[in-house]
Amino acid sequence: MNKVPKMRIKDLDFFYGDFHCLHEVCLKFDANQVTALIGPSGCGKSTLLRCLNRMNDLISTSRVQGEILLDDQNIYGPDVDVVTLRRHIGMVFQKPNPFPKSIFENVAYGLRVNGVKDKSYIQERVEKSLQEAALWDEVKDRIHESALGLSGGQQQRLCIARAMAVEPAVLLMDEPASALDPIATQKIEELIHKLKETYTIVIVTHNMQQAARVSDVTAFFYLGELIEVDQTKKIFTRPSSQKTSDYITGRFG
Amino acid sequence: MAEKRLQRELDNLKKMILSLGAMVEERVRMAVKAIETRDADLAAEIIRRDYEIDENEVEVEEECLKILALHQPVAGDLRFITAVIKINNDLERVADEASNIATCVQHIAGREKVAVPFDYNAMAQKAEFMVKTSLDALVNLDQDLAFRVLTLDDEVDQIHSEIHGHIRVAIVEQPARARYLINLLFISRYLERIADHATNLAEEVIYMIEGEIVRHGKWALEV
Repeated sequence: MNKVPKMRIKDLDFFYGDFHCLHEVCLKFDANQVTALIGPSGCGKSTLLRCLNRMNDLISTSRVQGEILLDDQNIYGPDVDVVTLRRHIGMVFQKPNPFPKSIFENVAYGLRVNGVKDKSYIQERVEKSLQEAALWDEVKDRIHESALGLSGGQQQRLCIARAMAVEPAVLLMDEPASALDPIATQKIEELIHKLKETYTIVIVTHNMQQAARVSDVTAFFYLGELIEVDQTKKIFTRPSSQKTSDYITGRFG
Repeated sequence: MAEKRLQRELDNLKKMILSLGAMVEERVRMAVKAIETRDADLAAEIIRRDYEIDENEVEVEEECLKILALHQPVAGDLRFITAVIKINNDLERVADEASNIATCVQHIAGREKVAVPFDYNAMAQKAEFMVKTSLDALVNLDQDLAFRVLTLDDEVDQIHSEIHGHIRVAIVEQPARARYLINLLFISRYLERIADHATNLAEEVIYMIEGEIVRHGKWALEV
């Protein structure tokens, strides 16, 4: 199967005030692939992830140069509506952050914000998203109870369902399993594997084994630079760059 | 720190595999000498002490499994461990072949020699040299040495094939000495196997260094 880039980053530079924290990053994310961004703390991987759906816009001192294309449209273009953009590029955070609402309303939230009124459609999307997130069987009998009563792992899968309800093309995940126990982590990883059939996934993780397990492509960042990007199996068996090797084998610094 | 612990364990594993390599090399040397001297006592010693190699092989394997389970090594570390697992296996097999040779030597020692127009010593020394060189390549992580071993394997195969022809003729001419001659053929066969295992060792060293799998003649395209 030919790989089609869903998103492309072209010569991206990013600044927090005077701090130049991403340097001329060029990277593409193929459709239906999981790309893992790895690197030590402060390397810019989370900043890059947040650039992908313009979450950094919320930081007033931040500044972006270069382009990020979703299909062929520059997401930093003047006509882009950020709310619409985030419908196409969903995000799941490190800590599960369900709204203090019912399970149903959490998943329906994105649709309602986007002006969907059709109740049967909302019903259908909520059920489908919960099924896709492998949560439906566990919550179908208490769908109108508070989401805060779910376990951490369930809450995280709920957040994934919430992100998927609006049918995004790309799913960004920032350390989605770091706050979870091994069993819940395994469920999330299984889920990621299944979700890539439908979505393009970009995941930031500090867990090297997790990056190795879930991703097709791995990109290694260091001090704001993309050092190496390649097929995950190559990165973890014979990386080209000594820096990559030093990092993944724990010999850094 | 965890990575330092891993490094210590990898260093220790390297010592273990090199020590096993030295032991196996010594067994090959003893076997070659036993062929040259038809020394039944030396042959008996090789057979009696094979258990030492077996015990070391098990220890190395257990160490590899422990490191894999506890550290989940990647990249060069992962290649090192997988190469050691295979090298370990090959070394143990080399020692087995030395022991097999010793059994053959016991059969022919003390019996009247059959004149075969062939010098076993050259073949034995070649096989021994291959084992030594592949272990040197392992010690020094020297790819060029490892590639040299690969080129020698064909020479040993060729000698074995010639010996096979000579023995066949000799059995027809002296059927009463068939048992003796078959033992000579076995010695040639075991030496040829030692050379094969030395080739595997060299291939594993290349994998360890380069990350390229060069088995099944893949290297031939590169030389």
